Formats: sequence, C-alpha cells, structure tokens
Amino acid sequence: MTILHAENVSFDIAGRSLVSNIDLACESGQFVALLGANGAGKSTLIRMLSGLERPSRGQVRLDARPIRAIDRRVLARRRAYIPQNARVEWPVAVERLVALGLMPQLPVFGDLDRAAWRKVEAALALCDLSHKTGQPATTLSGGELARAMLARALVGEPEIVVADEPLSGLDPRHAMDGVVRLAALARDGRLVIASIHDLTLAARYATHVAIMRGGRLLAYGPTASTLTSSRISAAFDVDACVQGTGAQAIVDFIARPDQPALHPFPGLVPA
Amino acid sequence: MVRLRQDPMPLMLALLLATAGASLVIGKVWLPPVMLFDGLAAPKPNLAWVIVTELRIPRTVLALMVGATLGLGGAVLQGLLRNPLAEPGLLGVSGGAALGAVIAIYFGLAARFALATPLLGIAGALVAGALTFLFGRSGTLTLILAGSAVSGLAAAGLALALNFAPSPYAAYEITTWLLGSVAEKEWRQIALCTPFVLAGWLCLAATPHGLDALTLGEAQAESLGVNLNRLRVLALAGVAFSVGAATAMAGAIGFVGLVAPHLVRPFVGYRPSRILLPSAVFGALLLLVTDIAIRVIPTSTELKLGVLTSLIGTPFFFWLVLRLRRMSP
Repeated sequence: MTILHAENVSFDIAGRSLVSNIDLACESGQFVALLGANGAGKSTLIRMLSGLERPSRGQVRLDARPIRAIDRRVLARRRAYIPQNARVEWPVAVERLVALGLMPQLPVFGDLDRAAWRKVEAALALCDLSHKTGQPATTLSGGELARAMLARALVGEPEIVVADEPLSGLDPRHAMDGVVRLAALARDGRLVIASIHDLTLAARYATHVAIMRGGRLLAYGPTASTLTSSRISAAFDVDACVQGTGAQAIVDFIARPDQPALHPFPGLVPA
Repeated sequence: MVRLRQDPMPLMLALLLATAGASLVIGKVWLPPVMLFDGLAAPKPNLAWVIVTELRIPRTVLALMVGATLGLGGAVLQGLLRNPLAEPGLLGVSGGAALGAVIAIYFGLAARFALATPLLGIAGALVAGALTFLFGRSGTLTLILAGSAVSGLAAAGLALALNFAPSPYAAYEITTWLLGSVAEKEWRQIALCTPFVLAGWLCLAATPHGLDALTLGEAQAESLGVNLNRLRVLALAGVAFSVGAATAMAGAIGFVGLVAPHLVRPFVGYRPSRILLPSAVFGALLLLVTDIAIRVIPTSTELKLGVLTSLIGTPFFFWLVLRLRRMSP
C-alpha cells in the first residue's frame, strides 16, 4: 500500500501564491481526478506531488518519508510523471521512446537486455502501439503520442502515475480510451493522479475527485459524493448539472441567467 | 526491434586510419611511404625523420584532437540544448579562448615565451565558461543567452585588441592566428593543452545518460531521475576545458562542431547518447581531411584551416535551412 500525502503545501513564486495550504492524502487503488479552472494551481500541485517542485511551505510525504529526501532515481522507479503536452525532441523510434522509461532501472552504462525489451513490448501492446514499432516518434499523431507517453510511463511499472492533463487535445474516442486506461491502472492497485478538464469523463471513471479554485482545495473525496453541481459552480463559475453516477454520469453546463451577454468588443456596444 | 541503418563506426575508423596515414606523407615535401620507412630505419636525425616527427605527426595529432573535441562538444551541446544550431562556440568558450590567446600576442608575450598563447587561451576559456555558468546555470534558454553575452564580450575585446594593435605586424599576427591553423605547433604546446582536453572529454563522457532522457524534454528527464543542474555543469565544464584548450592551440575553427553531429545523427537512430562517439570520430576525420586539402590546394599564401572549414560549412547551413523548411509545414 502506497500513501502519497501532501501536508499543508503552499507554493509561492515572485510574490504570488499559486497553491495555498492544500492537504491531500491519496493511496493505491485510487484514480484521483484533479479538477479546476485554468490557473487554479493544478499543474503546480501535480509537480509538488511528483517530487519535482519543493513546496514553499509544508511538504509531500511518500509512505511517511519526505518525497524530496528520496533519492531521485529511487523515486523515478516508484513514480511516473507525464507533463502537459509532452513532446519528443528527436525523431527516435517509438520503442526507444518507451524504453527511456526504463532508465531509472538500468545501470548508467550499457544498453537494454532481453528482459527490458520484453517490458517495452508489453507496454507498447498495452497502449495499442505494437504496430508503430520502428516509426519515428515525431511522426505520431496527437493521440498516438499521448499513448506513447503513457507507455513510457508504464514500462517501469511504477506504483504511482501522475499525469498533467493527459487528455488535452485528444478527440472523444482517444480521450475516452485514455481515461479508461488510467482507470484500469488504478484497478490494478496503482495510484493514479491526473488533472482532467472533461468533467463527464472524470465523473464516470475517477474513484476520487479533488476540486481546486484559486490555489485552494475546495473539496476532495469519492467522486459520487464530491462532484456535485454546486461545487462545480463554485469552481468554474458556470452552472452545471450532474446526472446519474458511475458509467452513466453526465456533467453539463448551463449559462447563468444573470450572466451578462458577452460581446467580443465591449467598448463598441452602443449604449 | 530493427536497427534502422548500418553502424557507421567501423567505416569511419578505417577512413580515419587511412587519412592519418596519408597525412604523414602529404605536404610541401612529398614523402612516399618507402622514403618514410627508410628514414625510420636510417641513423637519426635525417630529413624524413625530422619532417615526420616535428611537423607531420604534431600536425596530424592536433587536427585529430581538435576535430574530435569540436565534434564531441557539438554533439553534447545539441543534445543538451535540443537546438540544431548549438555548437561549441555557443557558450562563449571559443571566444574567451581566442581573446586570451590574442592578449598573449598583443602584449608580445607569445614572441618571448611560446607557451604564453595556449596558457592564456585556456585561462580565457575557463573565465568565459565560468561567466556563462554564473549567469546562465538556471535553464536552457538562460544558458544560451549568457553564452551569447559572453561571446559578444569576447568579440568586443578582440576588436579592441585589433583597434589598438601596437603595430600593423601585431594586427596581422592576431588576424592570422584567429583564422585557425594546426600547422607549425610545437610538441610542448600540444603537451600543455592535452590534459585540459582529456579532462574536458571526461566531463562530456558522463553526459550521455542525461542527454537521452532529454529526448522527452526537461520535465520528464527530471522525473526520470536526471539531475539537470549537474548535467549542465558537466557539459559546460567539459566544453570549457576541451574546446577552450583546442581553441587555444588551433585558433577559432568553425562549423566542425555544428556539422559533425548533424551528419552522423541519422545513422544512429537519432539517439543523443549514440552520436557522441561517431560525432567525435567524424569531427576528427573532417578536420584532418580539410587540413590535408590545405596542403594540396596550390595557393600563393597559405590557406588557413578555419577559412576552409567555414567555406565548406556555409553551404551546409543552407542545406539545414532547406531541410527544416521541408519538415515544417
């Protein structure tokens, strides 16, 4: 059982507070969807939870140990992190891209052995990329690249997978596909934390949701009881209705009757 | 898992050996292999022996060392900065080395003490590298900007030295030195610079693991356990030592460090770690072939090595532009 606990973490930069006093504890088997408007501090929280950013105050503990005190290679074996809009810099073959996920496991010198290649092939198969073997990763489509990044994250069999907007830019089928994979990982006993903007997908597949606004945590708990229309309104400033639970859940937005009609050029509206 | 293309190393090493052999026999005086072996067997010193050990071998060793250093430095920097224009001169180190060496010539130190040029050159490279590091250590972009600033400073210093050159002769000497050459260097100059070059190579040899991880960008490389700050320090120190010492000996030789990594990259599946060694070997080969060409091309005034590499390198730049234009929509 793995427990990741952010203890009253805050993050300030240049006098601005991006995250303030968030206390959040997650454990294996959970798929935590991190929800919130743009600029709510999701990415910063995700970087702190991954151990990549040191909180200004408070700290993140992994199984009671301060995460920043864990050796970076040991931590890399236990936790995989996928940033927002992950890109490939060189046209390396897809399997080489995925194999980079094994780097923390390998000695500094020396190439992959047969067992390592089997893991790479398994990760490619899991993410439905086996047919892309040998293709330069820069030629993959957006959905394929997202799957390749997920395969890269999974190949080292981490206990924790943290992903920053893994579904952004994906069409409905690929977004659905991606979220189903993440949910399956959680069912496998891993801890999955992902920031997601598609609330319907979050409502259907996440076991837990954490809702953020202005750097603070509005609510955190099991999806069915936490993701309510009033909380969505509070977090996103739009009225929302949540219908159903589990696989049938739908979240939809409704324009507020009191909201002024938006005009693209407010100054030009005749008085 | 298929290999995309054939490993280029055996072919390049064979070519390198052949070229090194040719470099010993080709020059102002044509030394056929027979005469070379006769000279080795005959009582020393004899003419062939002196030509080979005092002129040709130092020149060949220097061309190989400088070429390999430029190729290796370019490969590491292109991997670190993930920028196709990255080359060893980018971090201001070459500029610093050139300024140091020019100061030695300017104050007439070089005329009195032959080791003054390489010594001040290395000192200049280290100061420039330290300045770049001091200002640019926090990130990739700041590193490039700090390198440009330091290069600009060194260029201003060079211009100043030319402006106030004590005599037309000194100005001429400075300009010719800046053009770059591996000819007529003494063994003790080479011996002075070699430890610095080797120290730089050692630093650069510790980078491939991190460079591979950077294929995924900085955030993911960090999450894979790579210490980015340590990687930047290693690359910068490696370039400052090796390229600084190489420039201190041979002057500013452009384009080898830019071209070599690009040309070997497709043959190793574009993996940043795998281009280091081939790029070093190719850089050495490129510089040695160019140096032989200089000896063969009949010109009234000696054609300088750095001039020819620039002449060859510029069309490559256009090719790079065309390729990038084809790839981007």
